[in-house]
Amino acid sequence: MAAFGIATGGGNWFSALALGVTFLKCLLIPTYHSTDFEVHRNWLAITHSLPISQWYYEATSEWTLDYPPFFAWFEYALSHVAKYFDQEMLNVHNLNYSSSRTLLFQRFSVIFTDALFVYAVHECCKCIDGNKAGKELTEKPKFILSVLLLWNFGLLIVDHIHFQYNGFLFGLMLLSIARLFQKRHMEGAFLFAVLLHFKHIYLYVAPAYGIYLLRSYCFTANKPDGSIRWSSFSFLRLISLGLMVFLVSALSLGPFLALPSIFCLWFKPQGPKGFLRSLILCALSSFMFGWHVHEKAILLAVLPMSLLSVGKAGDASIFLILTTTGHYSLFPLLFTAPELPIKILLMLLFTIYSISSLKTLFRKEKPLFNWMETFYLLGLGPLEVFCEFVFPFTSRKLKYPFIPLFLTSVYCAVGITYAWFKLYVSVLTDPPVGKTKKQ
Amino acid sequence: MEKWYLMTAVVLIGLTVRWTVSLNSYSGAGKPPMFGDYEAQRHWQEITFNLPIKQWYFNSSDNNLQYWGLDYPPLTAYHSLLCAYVAQLINPDWIALHTSRGYESQAHKLFMRATVLIADLLIYIPAVVLYCCCLKEISTKKKIANVLCILLYPGLILIDYGHFQNRYNSVSLGFALWGVLGVSCNWDLLGSLAFCLAVNYKQMELYHSLPFFCFLLGKCFKKGLKGKGFVLFVKLACTVLASFIICWLPFFTEREQTLQVLRRLFPDKVANIWCSFSVFLKIKDILPHHIQILISFCFTFLSLLPACIKLTLQPSPRVFRFTLILTLSFMLFKFKLSEIPREAEGTLVVSEVSCALSFFLFSFQVHEKSILLNDLLQFYFFIKPVCLVLSEIPFMSTWFLLVSTFSMVPLLLKDELLMPSVVTTMAFFIACATSFSIFEKTSEEELHLKSFSISVRKYLPRFTFLPRIIQHLFLISVITMVLLTLMTVTLDPPQKLPDLFTVLKSEENELALFPDVKNVNSAKRFCELLLCVNEIIILRIMDLHEEMEDGPVAPYF
Repeated sequence: MAAFGIATGGGNWFSALALGVTFLKCLLIPTYHSTDFEVHRNWLAITHSLPISQWYYEATSEWTLDYPPFFAWFEYALSHVAKYFDQEMLNVHNLNYSSSRTLLFQRFSVIFTDALFVYAVHECCKCIDGNKAGKELTEKPKFILSVLLLWNFGLLIVDHIHFQYNGFLFGLMLLSIARLFQKRHMEGAFLFAVLLHFKHIYLYVAPAYGIYLLRSYCFTANKPDGSIRWSSFSFLRLISLGLMVFLVSALSLGPFLALPSIFCLWFKPQGPKGFLRSLILCALSSFMFGWHVHEKAILLAVLPMSLLSVGKAGDASIFLILTTTGHYSLFPLLFTAPELPIKILLMLLFTIYSISSLKTLFRKEKPLFNWMETFYLLGLGPLEVFCEFVFPFTSRKLKYPFIPLFLTSVYCAVGITYAWFKLYVSVLTDPPVGKTKKQ
Repeated sequence: MEKWYLMTAVVLIGLTVRWTVSLNSYSGAGKPPMFGDYEAQRHWQEITFNLPIKQWYFNSSDNNLQYWGLDYPPLTAYHSLLCAYVAQLINPDWIALHTSRGYESQAHKLFMRATVLIADLLIYIPAVVLYCCCLKEISTKKKIANVLCILLYPGLILIDYGHFQNRYNSVSLGFALWGVLGVSCNWDLLGSLAFCLAVNYKQMELYHSLPFFCFLLGKCFKKGLKGKGFVLFVKLACTVLASFIICWLPFFTEREQTLQVLRRLFPDKVANIWCSFSVFLKIKDILPHHIQILISFCFTFLSLLPACIKLTLQPSPRVFRFTLILTLSFMLFKFKLSEIPREAEGTLVVSEVSCALSFFLFSFQVHEKSILLNDLLQFYFFIKPVCLVLSEIPFMSTWFLLVSTFSMVPLLLKDELLMPSVVTTMAFFIACATSFSIFEKTSEEELHLKSFSISVRKYLPRFTFLPRIIQHLFLISVITMVLLTLMTVTLDPPQKLPDLFTVLKSEENELALFPDVKNVNSAKRFCELLLCVNEIIILRIMDLHEEMEDGPVAPYF
C-alpha cells in the first residue's frame, strides 16, 4: 500500500505525465490511420513468413521494405507477438487487411515501444540545469521539458493517429544525446549507430555526431584558449569510434549546407550544447534543402530543440516559432473530419502550454517574441479557419483544390526558414567554451 | 487568474478525451427497427422541427409516441429544435419527416457528437471551472487539479459520448451546477433560475430540489421572516414561477396540453398530480413482500429528513453540498433494490412498484421495455454532487467515484466500450491520486472521522487503526473491481447456455425478460449488489462527518 502510495503520490509527477499521455494514446486507437498502417502490416507479414533472403525482394504489395535491416528485425520480433492477436495479418497476400485485432495490436505496439522514448526523456531531464527554476513544480525546466517532449503534438498525431514508429526511434536519438551530455561518449555513439540502422533518415544529423565525437572525444584535451591540442589525440578512441561511426561519411546532400556549423563544432567547440545545436541545424538544413522530404521530418529538429528551449530565452523563442509552424504544417496529414477536433484541440493544448510555460520560465528576461513574430504566429489561426472551414464552401474549391495545401506550405516555409536562419546566427555568434571542464 | 494557461490546458484535455471517446460507436447503431438512444435524439429533432408545438407530446399519425416519443420537459424539446435548425442547414435529409427514420451516416454521427460537445463546452465546463475557481482556501494548483479530476470523471463522459447514450446530461448537470454555484455565492436568484432551467431540461433534477429548497428556505429564515427574509422568499418564488411559465408557455394555453406533457414526463401516474398520492392506496394490491421495499424507502427518506431540517436551520454551502450527496444515497438504495430479479413476477412489476413508491412520487423513465438499463445509466449522473467535495474529502470521493464507474462496466462492456472505460477510469484515478495525494491523506483528521473515532474509542480504547482499515478496504475494493471486470469479460462467451450469447447481444430492451440466463445474469446482479453495498458503506462513512458535528459549520465559500 505504501509503495503504491509513493508511486502515485504527489511527488511523482513524471509518472503521472507519462501515464496520462499513454492513456491519451489508448483513446486515440480508433482514429483514422494512413497507408502507413498497411505498410507496417505488410512488413510484419514479410518478415514473419519469408526467409531473410527474400525480405528485400518481396514485392507482392506496393509497400516494399525500404528501411534498414534493424527495422526489419524489429518487425520480425513484433510479428512473433502479432500471431497471438490475429494470424491473418501475417499473410503476405492479405493486402489491406485491418481487422480490429490487427488494429489493436499495431496501435499497442506503438504505445508499448514508446516506453523507450519515456525513458529517454527521463534521462534528458537529468541533463538540464534546473538552478534558475522557481520553487513551483510547474515552473521547473524539468517539468516543462517533460511536457514538451512527452506530450509533443507532432509525435502524437504522427505516431498514434497517422501511424508510425517514430516514438522509440526518437527515444534512441534523445538517449544518445543524453549520453553525450553525460560524457558517456561510447554509449552515445553506439546508440546513434544503432539508430542509423533502424531508419536512415537520421543520416541527416550524422555529420554533427561525427565531428563532435572526433573533436571532443578523440582529442582528449584542449589548449587553454580552447583550440585543439593535437598531441592529445587518442588513436585508440578514434579506432573505436570509427568502428561505430564509419557510416558518417555516407552520402547525403542536405547536411553539406550545414557545413559552417560543422566547422564551428570543430574550431569552436562548445561542448554537448554546441553539438546539440549543430545536430538541430543539420536536421533542419536537410529538411529545408532535401529533395524528397516528408513533413514529418520536421520532428527530427523539433524534438532535440526542446532540450535547448528550457535553457536560454533566445533558444526558447526559436523553438516556439519552429515548433508551432512545424506542427501546423503537419495538419494536412490528418484530413478526415472526425480527426479535425482532435488535431485542433491537441495543437491548441501544446501551443498554449509551450508558449505560456516558457514565457513564465523566462519572464525575467526580455519578451520572447517581437511584434512581427507574434503577428505571424497569430496568423496561423485565421489561416486554419480559412483552409478548413471557409474554403471548402466556396466556389473555387473545384477549380483550385490545392489552394489550402499551397497556402499552408508557403506560410509554414516562411516560419521555418526564419527559425533556421536565427538558429544559424546563434550558432555562429555564440562564444566558444574555454577549457574542457571536468564535470 | 495566474496560471490561466494551465487551466486552459486542463479544459482542452477534457475536451480531447470527450471527443476521442465519442469516436466509438453509439447505441443502437445499425440495429433496426428501434435502434437506440442516438436515434431517439435524432427523432426528437425531426419531430420538433416538422410539427407544430401543439403536436410534440401527442400521439398522432405523424408522431408515433411508441417510437421514441418525447418524454423530457420542454427545454429539451427547444434544444432539439435548435439542433434541428442547424441540421436543416447542413443536410435536410437528416430530419425529414418519416423518411429519416434510422438515418445513419458518418457525417450525421459527427454532427450529433458535435452538438453534445458544444453543449458541454457552453454550459457544463464553464460551470465546473467557475465552481473550482470560487473554492476558497486552496491554492491555484489545487483548483486546477480539481477541474481536471471533475472533467475526467468517466461516468459522465461514457454516458454522454460513449456508445450507449448520445445524451445531453451535461446540459442539465451544468445548469444544476450553475445553480449550486449561484446559491453558494449568494447569487440566489440566478442560482434558482439556473436550477429551474435544469429541472425543465430533465425532470430527474427534481431529486436535487429538496436540498435546494431547504437551503434557500434556511437563508430566508436566517434573514428574518419579516423584512429581508420575506422579500427574498417572494423574489425567489417569483423567479421560479417566471422561469417555469416561460418554459411551459406554449403548453399552458390548454389544460390538455399541460396534462399531456406531464403524462409523458411521469408515465404510470394518473394525469392529475394530486391523484398520484393515491399510489399509497395501491399498496393493498401489492404482494406483501413489496412492503419491504416500502419500508426501506421510508427509512431512507426519514434519514434524509434530519439533514434537510439541519440545512434549513443552518444554511451553509458546505452542508448544502453534503445534503445533495445524501439525496444520492437514497437514490442508490432505491435503484439497486429495484434491480433485484424476481423472475416470478417479472422485473417489470418490481420496477412498477418501486417507481410508484419513488421519492416525491415521481417515477423514472419507464418505457415498457428499456427500463433498468436506461434508469441505471441515467441515475449515474446523480453522482455529480460527490465531485463537488473532491477537494474536501479526496480519498473517499475518489473511492466512491471509482466504484460507481466500475459498477457501470458490465453494462458498458456490452457496448464495446471496454477500452475507453478502462482508460478513462485509470486516468481519473491517476489524476485524483496525484493531485490530492490521497494515499498520504488517510489520517483520521483528513478523513473527517476524528469525532467518530473518538466516540468509538470511548468503548474500544484500542481503536486507533481506522485509517489502516480504510486503506485495506480500499485495496480490497479495487482488487474486487478489477476481478469483477475480468469476470464479466470472460463470462460472456457461451459455454453451457448456447442461446445466452444471442440474448445478451440483443437489444438492451430485452434485459428485463431473462428467464434463461439466470446463471450469468444472477452472477452479474450479485456483483452489482456487492458493489452497491460497497458504495453505501462509503456514503455512510461520508455522512458520518455531518452527523457527528454539533455546532455550525464554518462556511466554505
